[in-house]
Amino acid sequence: MRHGLSLGVGPVGFRIGSAWPGPIAALRGLYAGYPEAEDGIADFTVRLEPNRPWRRWIRPSIAIGGDHRLPEAAPLALAHGLLAAEMGMNLQMALGLRRYLLLHASAVERDGRALVMTGASGAGKSTLAALLGERGWRLLGDEFVLVDLAGGGLHPFPRAVSLKNAAITLLEAEAPPERFGPVLEETPKGRIRHLRPRAEAIHRMAEPAVPALILFPRYGYDKALRPVGAAEAFVRLTQASTNYVSLGEAGFRALTGLVTANPACAIDYPDTDGAIDLVETLWANLDA
Amino acid sequence: MGESGRVSGAALLARLLADPAQAPGIDRRAWTGILAAARAEQLIGTLAWRLEGLPLPDRACAILRDARDGAAQARQAALWEAEMARRALAGLAVPVVLLKGTAFVAAGLSAGVGRAIGDLDILVRRHDLPAVEAALLGAGWEWVKEDDYDDLYYRRWMHELPPLIHRTRDRMIDVHHTILPPTARPTPDAAALVDASIPLENGLRILCPEDMVIHAAAHLLADGDLAGGLRNLWDIDRLLREFMAEPGFWARLEERAGRHQLRAPLARALRLTERLYATPVDADLAGPARPADALYVRRLLARDGWGRGTRRATRLAFYVRSHWLRMPPAMLARHLWIKLRKG
Repeated sequence: MRHGLSLGVGPVGFRIGSAWPGPIAALRGLYAGYPEAEDGIADFTVRLEPNRPWRRWIRPSIAIGGDHRLPEAAPLALAHGLLAAEMGMNLQMALGLRRYLLLHASAVERDGRALVMTGASGAGKSTLAALLGERGWRLLGDEFVLVDLAGGGLHPFPRAVSLKNAAITLLEAEAPPERFGPVLEETPKGRIRHLRPRAEAIHRMAEPAVPALILFPRYGYDKALRPVGAAEAFVRLTQASTNYVSLGEAGFRALTGLVTANPACAIDYPDTDGAIDLVETLWANLDA
Repeated sequence: MGESGRVSGAALLARLLADPAQAPGIDRRAWTGILAAARAEQLIGTLAWRLEGLPLPDRACAILRDARDGAAQARQAALWEAEMARRALAGLAVPVVLLKGTAFVAAGLSAGVGRAIGDLDILVRRHDLPAVEAALLGAGWEWVKEDDYDDLYYRRWMHELPPLIHRTRDRMIDVHHTILPPTARPTPDAAALVDASIPLENGLRILCPEDMVIHAAAHLLADGDLAGGLRNLWDIDRLLREFMAEPGFWARLEERAGRHQLRAPLARALRLTERLYATPVDADLAGPARPADALYVRRLLARDGWGRGTRRATRLAFYVRSHWLRMPPAMLARHLWIKLRKG
């Protein structure tokens, strides 16, 4: 393809190709400081290409292609190239990754131990992880947690955080402007702005963490806290995994290992500051 | 980031499949393109097994190891699906012949090593179809297509039932009664396919070696637009190399191809696999090279190092050809008209 970029995020290498220069330039800016794919060999190829030949020039629109693709995916406007690249990378991970158990979850680390958060879209896992990542924790990832199939450790996947709507304003008050991408207005997912994690998260992207606590946050409810048993955590995490079924026995072992070795909690919260307090209290009492 | 040299992704892929010893000498920067082409051609698992143990860059080794794991899981799932069909049909006491990928792995053939396997394909006798259909519907399979025209089209003009999908396992089964659509010009001897089939230990059957090769050739060249053709041609290479040691194999292959009216597709398949995978083939059966062979090679290798289909006009020509092979002109016109009106 005419324009391309090699990008390493945690243990995964991407090659992103584009028919237009814009998306690649935007990616270079957003991912400044990230390494190239290891050995120059990418695990996955993502293609941003016109869905019809004339769509390169006339009302350009981006079809997301690559090693793995969904036939029914709708094309995006050229101005939303960063979102197209993000969705293309997500798709490769969700449909193609086999080296790790993939959880649709966010995670942060402190003192080598990790907090995993998962929940339905809008539950706040991404926003909470981004906030904690600005307040002394190391962001492991806002979208995917990679569980090691042999050792059970969590591998970071610190791609740029994808902030939506109200979360944008919240994080603009926490992080310096140079770490933000452009504001993408009126995307299919609403208003979006990407945030590059702190430099520490990028420099230490090859350094796994040991899981310590699993949370199922839920935004917009009165403050509440409920311990979750291993069986329930297991079932909820199978629903949060894109490759649990295709990994077969290896996936089962990794997931049972994760839920039996770590406590899990469901937390409801009315506002983000309340949630951060809850998380810090739970974390402080972990070993008590 | 242009293409590396003039060798397309698919051409490099075919070269490595035929001669894995070249892999350690491959430029590091070419690997991403080879892997993307292999994935797009559904040959990544096959490539991974061909290159196992060779000294390659660490990251290439890691990706190929994942592909071997993926193929092992696909094999297990395919065999389980065959077992589910066996149980559903056991009460009927009719011959059930496994086809394509599932047959290769069930029989432990080298064509099955690392192979991607999607749907379960089985062949039954035409007069057993109603009973087989009823038994599958009773065991949890349901129709994928609800459309009356499509349903009628399949039942009247195709060599298989409309596809069925299993309610809980989400896997498709294609139930064939012969190996080409009845509207196609060659008419394979469907009864002979079942009569010569070979039982496996569990009671399911596979085609005899010669019919297996002929089916693969028919699938590649007498039905369809050659999409995924590199994989189907690889099946033919592996099957031939495995079977040709049997005394009298080539003579029997010729006899069976004649019976199934598929001598010409078989001959072309032999020439193509010799050309792309250096398969040792019987020169008399393959016949002299034809000018059109080069077009087929061009179509088979129409894939670049980004995994994109290239050579749009060639692909379109083969797409049109696939419909021409399948239907007489008046029928094709009617079919396209109905499809067009439905949008």
